[in-house]
Amino acid sequence: MTGTARRRRTRVATTRDGAPIAFVVPAVLAVGFLAIPLLGLLQQTPWRHLAGALAAPPVRVALRLSLVCSLGAVAISLLLGVPLAFLLARVPFPGRNLVRALTTLPMVLPPVVGGVALLLAFGRRGLAGQWLDRAFGITLPFTTAGAILAEAFVAMPFLIITTEAGLRAMDRRYEDAAATLGAGRWMRFRRVTLPLIAPSLGAGAALCWARALGEFGATITFAGNLPGTTQTMPLAVYIALETNLQAAIALSLVLLVISLALLIAMRDRWFPTA
Amino acid sequence: MVWSRIRLAAVVLVAAVLAAACGSSGAGSPAEIKVFAAASLTAAFNRIGQDYTAANPDTKVTFNFAGSQALATQIQQGAPADVFASADTTNMGKVTDLVATPQNFASNLLQIIVVKGNPKGINGLSDLANPDLKVVLAAPDVPAGKYAQQALDKAGVTVKPVSQEDNVKAVVTKVSLGEADAGIVYVTDVTAGGDKVEGVDIPNAQNVAATYPIATVKASSHQSQARAFMDLVLSDQGQQVLKSYGFLPPPNS
Repeated sequence: MTGTARRRRTRVATTRDGAPIAFVVPAVLAVGFLAIPLLGLLQQTPWRHLAGALAAPPVRVALRLSLVCSLGAVAISLLLGVPLAFLLARVPFPGRNLVRALTTLPMVLPPVVGGVALLLAFGRRGLAGQWLDRAFGITLPFTTAGAILAEAFVAMPFLIITTEAGLRAMDRRYEDAAATLGAGRWMRFRRVTLPLIAPSLGAGAALCWARALGEFGATITFAGNLPGTTQTMPLAVYIALETNLQAAIALSLVLLVISLALLIAMRDRWFPTA
Repeated sequence: MVWSRIRLAAVVLVAAVLAAACGSSGAGSPAEIKVFAAASLTAAFNRIGQDYTAANPDTKVTFNFAGSQALATQIQQGAPADVFASADTTNMGKVTDLVATPQNFASNLLQIIVVKGNPKGINGLSDLANPDLKVVLAAPDVPAGKYAQQALDKAGVTVKPVSQEDNVKAVVTKVSLGEADAGIVYVTDVTAGGDKVEGVDIPNAQNVAATYPIATVKASSHQSQARAFMDLVLSDQGQQVLKSYGFLPPPNS
C-alpha cells in the first residue's frame, strides 16, 4: 500500500518536471484571477465593525433562513434524488440516458432561467401551480417553501450524479453475498449498499448543500425577496450591495467562511489525490 | 454513440445561438454612450435612444436599466456610465461628487397595479391591507418602494407585502404573471405593462410625485455626446416622448 503510493508519487513528480515551461505564466495568471477577488473582499472587510454588522437582526434573519432553506433542499434532494440515482445506476430502463440528461440539466442551466421555468410551472397560473392552488390552496411563489423548491431544483442534480457515480464504483459482490444469505432488496440496500456509498452520498450532499446555500437567480425569480421569508443570504448580499456596502461585505464573508469550511471538510472526498 | 451525437448537436446549437446573438451587435461604431437609467424609464428612454441615434448616427446608445439605488452604487464603484437618470433625488444625491449638475426632467405619480379586469375589486390603498391579498412592493431602498411606503403612510394603511422586489418592473412582472394580486408602481409602468394589467388611481391627497433628475457623469470620456443625450431628454421633442409614455413635466417647470 505504502509502496504503491510512493511509486505513484515519484511518477507524478517526473511528469511535473516535464511540464512545458510555457504553462507557468498562464497557471500563475489563473491562480491570481481566482484568488484576487477573495483578497479584495478581505481587504475591504470592515473588521472592526464586523461583529456589529453580523449581529444586526437582518443578517441573523437571512442566515437562519438560508440554513433552513438549504437544509430543506438537501432533505428533498436526499429523499427523491437517492432513489433516482439508484435506478439510474442499476436499472437499464428505456430512456435512461434521456432521464439522466433531463435531471442533470438544472446543473448547467442558468439559474434565472430555472426560476422563470419554475414560475411557469409552479406559479399560481403555472402548469402544475394552478392545479395545486385549486385543489389544495397551495401557492408556492413568495413562500419559504418556494425558496426551498428553487434551491432543490438547482442543487439536486449534484447529489444525483455523485451518488450514481458512487453506486457504479462500489463493489457489488457484497450485495451478492448478502443476497445469498437471504437479505431482501430493501435490507440489502439499507444494510450493505448504503454504508458502502456513504462517502459518495456525503460528498454529494455537501456539494448539494453548498449549491443550495449559494442559490440566487432561481430564488429571487421564483420566490421573490422578503426578509425572513424568502430573502436568503445571497439575496441579502445583493440587496445590501445597492445601499450598504459594508453589510454586503460582512454577509459575503460569512458565505465565504462557510464555503471554505465545507471545502476543508470535504477535501479528501473532492480531491482524493491531494 | 447516442451521447456523442447529442453532444455534437448541442455544440452546433450553442454556436448558432451565440452567432445569432452576436450578429446584432457585431459592427463597431466610433462612439458609444452608456446611459444608466431608472427601470421605470425603460420604454420612454428606449424611444428617446432611437431618436438620438437617428439624429447622431455615429453615436451608439446603450442603456443600463435597473433600480436607481443599484445604478447609484454601480456609479460609485466606478461603472463606466456617461449619463445617469434617477427616479428620485436621493440616489442622484449619493453620486453628487461624480456627476455634473443634475436637472429635473420629469415627474411621475403612483398607481395601484392589478390584474386585468381587477378580479379582486381593489378600489384604493385601504383595500391593500386585506391579508388575503398578495401585494408586491418594490424594496424600501428602491425609489418606487420608498414612494409607495410614503403613499401608504399618507393613507394610514399598513400593508404586509409578500415580496419586496429589486426594481419597479419586477413588481409589474409579478402582477402580470398573476402571481401577485396587486402592487404599487408608477402610472407609466401600468401604461407600459401591456394588456395583462390595469391601474387603479390613487387620489392626489395620498399620492406621491416622483421627481426624475438627469446628469452627465464627470468621468465620462464622451462628454459632448452625453450632454447631447441629456439635452434631447430636456428638449421639447424628448418631453413629448416622455409625455406619450405617461410622464408628467418636472415639478419646477
